[in-house]
Amino acid sequence: MRLSSPFIFASNSVTRIMIWVVLALIPGIVAQVIYFGWGVIINAAIAIASALLFETLILSLRKRPVAPSLLDGSAIVTALLLAISLPPLTPWWIPFVGTGFAIVIAKHLYGGLGYNPFNPAMIGYAMLLIAFPKQMTAWLLPVMLADHPLTFSQLLQYSLHTHLPNSLSLDAVTGASPLDLVKTQTRLGQTIPMVLEQSSNRFGSLAGIGWEWINVWFLVGGLVLMARRIISWHIPLAMLTALIVMAGIFYLIDPNLYASPLFHLMSGATMLGAFFIATDPVTAATTVKGRLVYGALIGVLLYIIRQWGGYPDAIAFAVLLINMAVPTIDYYTKPRVFGEGRGN
Amino acid sequence: MKQPLSTFFGGLHLKGHKTDSMRQSPKVLPLAKQLVFPLDQHLGQPAEPVVKFGDKVLKGQLIARRGGPISAAIHASSSGTVIAIEDRPINHPSGMQATCIVIETDGEDTAVDSNHFADYYNAEPAALRDTIRDAGIVGLGGAGFPTFIKLTPTTGKAIETLILNGAECEPYITCDAMLMQTRALDVLRGADIICQAVQAKQCLIGIEDNKATAIAALHEVLQAQQFRHPIEIVTIPTIYPTGGERQLIKVLTGHEISARQRPMDVGLVCQNVGTAVAVADAVLQGQPLIERLVTVTGNGIKTPGNWLVRLGTPLRDLLAPHDIDCRRHDIIIGGPMMGFTIDDTQAPVVKTTNCLLIQTRQVAMPAMPCIRCAECANVCPAQLLPQQLYWHARARDFDKIQDYNLFDCIECGCCAHVCPSHIPLVQYYRFAKTEIWNRELEKQKADRARERHEFNLLRHELKKQEDEERRRKKKELLNRAQGKTESETDSKKAAIEAALARARAKKEAMAVAPKNIDQLTEEQQKQIDAAKARRRQHEQDKV
Repeated sequence: MRLSSPFIFASNSVTRIMIWVVLALIPGIVAQVIYFGWGVIINAAIAIASALLFETLILSLRKRPVAPSLLDGSAIVTALLLAISLPPLTPWWIPFVGTGFAIVIAKHLYGGLGYNPFNPAMIGYAMLLIAFPKQMTAWLLPVMLADHPLTFSQLLQYSLHTHLPNSLSLDAVTGASPLDLVKTQTRLGQTIPMVLEQSSNRFGSLAGIGWEWINVWFLVGGLVLMARRIISWHIPLAMLTALIVMAGIFYLIDPNLYASPLFHLMSGATMLGAFFIATDPVTAATTVKGRLVYGALIGVLLYIIRQWGGYPDAIAFAVLLINMAVPTIDYYTKPRVFGEGRGN
Repeated sequence: MKQPLSTFFGGLHLKGHKTDSMRQSPKVLPLAKQLVFPLDQHLGQPAEPVVKFGDKVLKGQLIARRGGPISAAIHASSSGTVIAIEDRPINHPSGMQATCIVIETDGEDTAVDSNHFADYYNAEPAALRDTIRDAGIVGLGGAGFPTFIKLTPTTGKAIETLILNGAECEPYITCDAMLMQTRALDVLRGADIICQAVQAKQCLIGIEDNKATAIAALHEVLQAQQFRHPIEIVTIPTIYPTGGERQLIKVLTGHEISARQRPMDVGLVCQNVGTAVAVADAVLQGQPLIERLVTVTGNGIKTPGNWLVRLGTPLRDLLAPHDIDCRRHDIIIGGPMMGFTIDDTQAPVVKTTNCLLIQTRQVAMPAMPCIRCAECANVCPAQLLPQQLYWHARARDFDKIQDYNLFDCIECGCCAHVCPSHIPLVQYYRFAKTEIWNRELEKQKADRARERHEFNLLRHELKKQEDEERRRKKKELLNRAQGKTESETDSKKAAIEAALARARAKKEAMAVAPKNIDQLTEEQQKQIDAAKARRRQHEQDKV
């Protein structure tokens, strides 16, 4: 019996939210499979298995009931988000170590679900990027551009034994992402139109073959989450608007040096970040105004790091850095209480 | 309506579950053998009994008078004998007992003589308020605040509008809807009387749009009858908690009344439709508040409906026709959003008992950690941050929690209703409020004790000073009586000083004098020398 009212409840639960997040990720994952092969599925399988393993382990160590936490689905979502962010061609221990770090260090050492100040998946990603830059920066070329697209079994071979077919070298199957290409080439003194022309086969119609469609499908998934009221529109809209504004200003200043807003919007992990990573409720701002500020700050920082930082993409660092500001943002964006501050 | 309807932030669209208990018109519950009247069944001070054991009482007779400025009188709801004034279970979530007057009914139901206003149109507002006060009327919407206090102007601001609350926004409860349907004339007359009592210019009756029959019934009477004050029936959207006083005022007038303000501050008075009928009964019939409509419903009840129940009737009597098993069912007093469960069905129906909700007991979903999704903030009609309140309540950080305006919380339960982690949020807020009240009380006690102690110290100090002063004065008086002046005492002092000085000088002179080998006579010297010589001789012999 409940001690206190209310006695009726909306049929919502943490598990339901997590299930919807997983479902909404599917279109983007499918697009990733289409353009970069089965690597993401292999990574996801390894990451989810290790997430469940680590979650069970750490919950037993913490003497907490295991079943409710495993069933809430949060570990699976963390694993899936990390797996999507990883390069499709990667040794098995990359998702394993990354997930372990995310679950044990970023989530449970801070107190478990709901208590972690930083997005666990992005902590895992950032750790891997810093500790294993070689494995983390080798992205496969899109399937349609590769001379020898890797099959499922070849990818699995690489994952388990770090072994490519004899005829292929790592350099032959991987290549810089469009974001990377634009960044390095402009630093070498080339203008953006020149880069685009030279690598016209890489930059489809918007922002790079493969990437643009993956972004479109993550956008679709995100809109589904919004329609289901799993996430609110504030963070994605603020973040994407800030990115467009930042990119737009510099694009207007010098289109030879700065890529267009559309390019930024549709490349890298922009849509995944806007709808699935920045919106993680645990680590995001919670007030309405706070969410707008939080999203906008991520958008600004994303552009700054992409443009002037050391990494081609910056979702993880932008989100993690703004995660730190969340308590302050929430404190200064408290809503007006009913009846207060209207002078009546 | 002169202005368009306003909306309030948050709230919920809930399933009403109201039709089942609206199928039949209210039935009259047979008179109970025993009637139990808790002295504390309204907000404010408990009432004081004016009857004693063995007294015969009549229906409508005063049995307990107001126990303070904020209090309400209690009347016997049928005739009989007072058989006890003792602690009995009351309907309170803690299952506590409290002093009750128990009357054994005689079945005669003899009423006291009553006097009533033939013409309330021209009655003095104060006289109407006194009648309402003496009839023991309290807010029947649930809070139980003595009605006459809300009708007594204190701000000097003229009352513009009476707002009659017929929203009844909680699911399952239908007693107000049924009352409006079956006693539309008295609802409107009651409104007219209250308008007269507070000198309001107009009355707005706010009713949620899921009560079409009630709205139609009121419209019909409004068109057929003449009333002194303009009365308007306003259909409002069904959103929980529109029936909250401040929410209803916002919807009808656009005014936002903060937790630190009263509706009166902006020229409004808000009353429940049930209260209006009670007022009509008191003023037009001379009948004090002795009965009310109670909804008995829920999935544990086969024939849900409304009952006209005498106040004091044990809940047991209301549940008797139904097959209720306390182990399988939860018995909830009030609605599913703000009500509370009770265990003891001996507790009586009181003035504020609007609904008995019998639900099959469900296993409560275990609370999961808060994932900060802010769903709670999206539905909070007070525009608070429920999850921040929750964190601070958990951490017992009672200063911080007040920074987040805990006391603006109206405990409507919207936040807990939508929480995906099934956290019993309202329970945390009630806990924090109680803790803060207790601390405030402790602090007041401690302050009083400290003040008392400090006052004691001060009193002692003053007494000492007074004694000192008195002694000094006494001495002075004594001196004066002996005829000595100040200078005389001074010369006396000088004389003493001089004597002392002389004595000191003498003593000093004496100190150097005595040594018994000076000033010896010749003979004495010879004798000493001889003795010394003998001693020397003696010593030489020994060697």
